[in-house]
Amino acid sequence: MLIQKLTKKYNGKAVVDSVSFEIPKGKVLSLIGPNGAGKSTVMGMISRLVARDTGMVEFKGRDIGKWKSRELSQKLAILTQSNHIQMKLTVKELVAFGRFPYSGGGITPEDQEIIHQAIAYMELEEFQDRFIDELSGGQRQRAYIAMVIAQDTEYILLDEPTNNLDIYHATNMMKTVRRLCDELGKTVVMVLHEINYAAFYSDYICAFADGKIARFGTVEEVITRENLSEIYQVDFEIQMVKGKPLAIYY
Amino acid sequence: MAYLKEQKGEKEIREIKLTWILAAVLAVLSIGSLFVGVIEVNAWALASGDQEQWRIFLVSRLPRLLAILCTGAGMSTAGLMMQQLCMNKFVSPTTGATISSAQLGILLALIFMPQSTLWSRALFAFGAAIVGTWIFVWFIQRIQFKDVVMVPLVGIMFSNVVGGITSYLAYEYEMTQALSSWLTGHFSLVLRGRYEIVYLVVPMVILAFIFANHFNIVGMGKDFSQNLGVHYHLVLFMGLTIAAMITASVVVVVGTISYIGLIVPNLVTMFKGDKIRGTLVDNALFGACFVLVCDMIGRVAIRPYELPIELVVGIVGSILFIGLLLYRLKYGRGSVRLGSAALSGCGAVIRAERENLDQAEGGESA
Repeated sequence: MLIQKLTKKYNGKAVVDSVSFEIPKGKVLSLIGPNGAGKSTVMGMISRLVARDTGMVEFKGRDIGKWKSRELSQKLAILTQSNHIQMKLTVKELVAFGRFPYSGGGITPEDQEIIHQAIAYMELEEFQDRFIDELSGGQRQRAYIAMVIAQDTEYILLDEPTNNLDIYHATNMMKTVRRLCDELGKTVVMVLHEINYAAFYSDYICAFADGKIARFGTVEEVITRENLSEIYQVDFEIQMVKGKPLAIYY
Repeated sequence: MAYLKEQKGEKEIREIKLTWILAAVLAVLSIGSLFVGVIEVNAWALASGDQEQWRIFLVSRLPRLLAILCTGAGMSTAGLMMQQLCMNKFVSPTTGATISSAQLGILLALIFMPQSTLWSRALFAFGAAIVGTWIFVWFIQRIQFKDVVMVPLVGIMFSNVVGGITSYLAYEYEMTQALSSWLTGHFSLVLRGRYEIVYLVVPMVILAFIFANHFNIVGMGKDFSQNLGVHYHLVLFMGLTIAAMITASVVVVVGTISYIGLIVPNLVTMFKGDKIRGTLVDNALFGACFVLVCDMIGRVAIRPYELPIELVVGIVGSILFIGLLLYRLKYGRGSVRLGSAALSGCGAVIRAERENLDQAEGGESA
């Protein structure tokens, strides 16, 4: 997937200004940066949730706007915070919606099997007949991930997947993201606020500042004292933990 | 795993059972209602081929029953669709300006086409109801209220504005008398030859069932729909159009029946959840039962006169709803928050309903 010169203006002010990068296949890419740097808007434009002003998003050799909605939803899934609506659906019913791009209204026995596997993969069997509004935040997030797994797409976009989760659930969420990539071979792109989660669990990092890409590269290339201080305008210390650079800020 | 599968099986069987119980209750009530009325009709006379009895049966009783079933099933389906599509439990044909728009449509037909048939009035009502509902939903989507209770309040205000225009036009063209029969719903004028439009409810409900999953997905929001490749605006407006068509065809034949679309879906989804495929049939059956019981109460309470169905539905419905909320507050799990919000929202709705009804009765006596 190739992003070229993406631009988005609100009231004449460019919030995303000529952004170009390539999403490495089969890897985890994190978009980081201060508030208002444009990372969520870029994510929105990649997934067609936000209309772009100029630029190209090339997906499998074709512009993303030229894909049929249904075809695209078999290849690319996006999970945003606004997805999380209080609705009385059971976990199983929610996960079953992941098969909608394939089967529409009806659920085939094959779908049934995939739904079952997705629920098992996220260890949700004991909750499968519970309503999602009766679950805890962490369980609900897992149910949504199970839906995305059932959707069986090559690419998964996650907008702030650790938002509103405590440390335990947020860390487990990150481990799940790693498993999606390592075990299931998915390409994951996520917007993250927590730099250390990005540093520890991603392969590549794209750092935004003022609507432009400040740095793009492997974790080791981007997570350095100089880079982070420049992007966030705060003093940083970097420490190596288990071979990963983690940032300390205060 | 085997244990879980078994458990799931039991749950599904229980749900299917509920549907059959509802259907059986409805069948018994339907047959019973055929023999309730001012003129005595009994099965023996029908069986022995009494001409007069058969005439009453076919011209009045049977059409009335069918109109009641269509109204109950239709209005509760319209209510379910509207609350799901708008992601708000308090949006219904009443609180979403659909009914008042349909009334305006009927009045316009009466003014501009005095010779109009029931069918052309229905067309006006369809058009107005669809446009009114679209405008309301477009408006609440533009504003994006944080508080869920604001949405129905805005809807009630909007529908009062539409109602005000209707009243003004009615006074201006001296149509208040004619209009009053569409303001308070009642089944006493349902006779063969002038109620068949209400059958339109049946294909609409079937359509709603076919596209149930689409509507569910749209109800989960724009991003969610986009993710699953569903065209958000197209499906949203298609769903609203179906709900508006159902409502308008009921309003044209029976008049305003405001409560069902709000109470029935709320009651049913409390127990059955928000998956439309699984809820729709039970919801429609329960709605039909509810209206049928209310109609029988209205027919029996002050014999040989009849209470308007709107009045009975209002009283029975609010008692039922408040009772259920109190029950849930006391025993329910995890539903306290919803309950208290519903209670405060419902209070406002009930007040508005009462005002509407007062207006309607005032209009009639004038």
